[in-house]
Amino acid sequence: MRLRGSALVMTLYLLFLLIPIYWLVNMSLKTNTEITSTFTLFPNDLTFRNYAVILTDPSWYMGYVNSIIYVVMNTVISITVALPAAYAFSRYSFMGDKHLFFWLLTNRMAPPAVFALPFFQLYSSVGLFDTHIAVALAHCLFNVPLAVWILEGFMRGVPKEIDETAYIDGYSFGHFFLKIFTPLIASGIGVAAFFCFMFSWVELLLSRTLTSVNAKPIAATMTRTVSASGMDWGVLAAAGVLTIIPGALVIYFVRNYIAKGFALGRV
Amino acid sequence: MDKTQNNKAWFLVLPVLVIVAFSAIIPLMTVVNYSVNDTFGDNQFFWAGLEWFEEMVTSDRLHEALGRQILFSAIILAIEVPLGIYIALNMPKKGFWASVCLVLMALPLLIPFNVVGTIWQIFGRVDIGLLGHYLAELGIDYNYTNDPLDAWITVIVMDVWHWTSLVALLCYAGLQSIPNAYYQAARVDQASRWAVFRYIELPKMAGVLLIAVLLRFMDSFMIYTEPFVVTGGGPGNSTTFLSIDLVKMAIGQFDLGPAAAFSIMYFLVILLVSWVFYTVMTNLDKEEGK
Repeated sequence: MRLRGSALVMTLYLLFLLIPIYWLVNMSLKTNTEITSTFTLFPNDLTFRNYAVILTDPSWYMGYVNSIIYVVMNTVISITVALPAAYAFSRYSFMGDKHLFFWLLTNRMAPPAVFALPFFQLYSSVGLFDTHIAVALAHCLFNVPLAVWILEGFMRGVPKEIDETAYIDGYSFGHFFLKIFTPLIASGIGVAAFFCFMFSWVELLLSRTLTSVNAKPIAATMTRTVSASGMDWGVLAAAGVLTIIPGALVIYFVRNYIAKGFALGRV
Repeated sequence: MDKTQNNKAWFLVLPVLVIVAFSAIIPLMTVVNYSVNDTFGDNQFFWAGLEWFEEMVTSDRLHEALGRQILFSAIILAIEVPLGIYIALNMPKKGFWASVCLVLMALPLLIPFNVVGTIWQIFGRVDIGLLGHYLAELGIDYNYTNDPLDAWITVIVMDVWHWTSLVALLCYAGLQSIPNAYYQAARVDQASRWAVFRYIELPKMAGVLLIAVLLRFMDSFMIYTEPFVVTGGGPGNSTTFLSIDLVKMAIGQFDLGPAAAFSIMYFLVILLVSWVFYTVMTNLDKEEGK
């Protein structure tokens, strides 16, 4: 009896989650006339024109390419710098460590809106404006602290005896870190990478402020569909659907670790 | 875990320090600089002292935005936390269906913020949206572009849709870590469902729940894109939250001084609340370590 109740609750909740997405997909497969003139639960006149518009126009699909470039750059940078730092936080106590850790976290808590304008000026003055690396660096603001936080949680779970044994066996620090330690927390690295990917992928405010043409992310390109001739709803919906796909793919790969990752490795 | 005292660990932290300093301290100093200066363009600055701060502290605009922001965050937490716990309790424990639930629940979290806005903007429209259409058929006068209350409801439902899964996933992770022996002991003691929840599940979830509340508080307090896309802060100013107001001020009107003063106070509020959460969290960690 209880089991059936749970299933009902979950079904209702998942329906609540999926119906708006279904509506988006539904709209992306309709023509604009059908969208605005009639109300249909399924496309009467199935069309892939909206997707064709996006996939053939460079100013559209380059948005995806740009987004993916800076997201990947950001993920690589974040994980590379966060790994040694997380190790330091999980293994050693050093002068000012607690304050430093909290200071890092405050950057995750800082509203991007506060940083939008200074970032714009900083990156303009050093000539990085409208480049992928600018957005990647800007996203480090919140992704590096998050990566440190998650990795530290996972590293805590690795017994310290492993480090000590390795040192006794004559491993150098670098060798030990790459050959022994990194494989042990591989799942943690995967989860941290996933989160960096996710937060960089979904962020719009900073990426839009820091780009104009060459590195414009897809999320900013989407605002283009509002034109003088009215909204191009079909293309907008299709672009939306295409932004969901990379996320869905990534989730599938980390599904078994996702809950632990959200708990920042602290379960 | 006992940690070794070693100040050389600073070298390991150095790369993080450099990169975060570049992307946090320099911009933050720029903000501080603006907040105490006045400018007429051309990079000429005049010392303005605390004038902007005084202006902001007494401005009705800021008070109203702050009021709306607190109300919004409070409503969000009041809905998402209990709902998230409830969902987590009802999730299948393992097997195929657990994976299906996990993947589907994580889906909204991976959608870019403005697409979330777009989805709900379309979904709620009376002319072309499923929700708006059926509400209109039921005879409910719903229009989020005109009516402040409808706009609020739309923004809140959207946030619940977007983020409840985060709370649920966290609680689910917490629940998974409870050994089966606890439940068996409860069964032997003939504990009620409520007692099991209150004395076994809730304490075990406390740590992750705190993270959930912390994340949801921070993120809802700096929400920008989703309401901006759906309502643009309107109708009127009814859904203009702090970030929206700030961006309007800084980039829309280019009032650098007031906007910078605003930013700093905004940041300090978040910092204060986060510090409280963080202290509680580290204390919890220590207790568990014992």
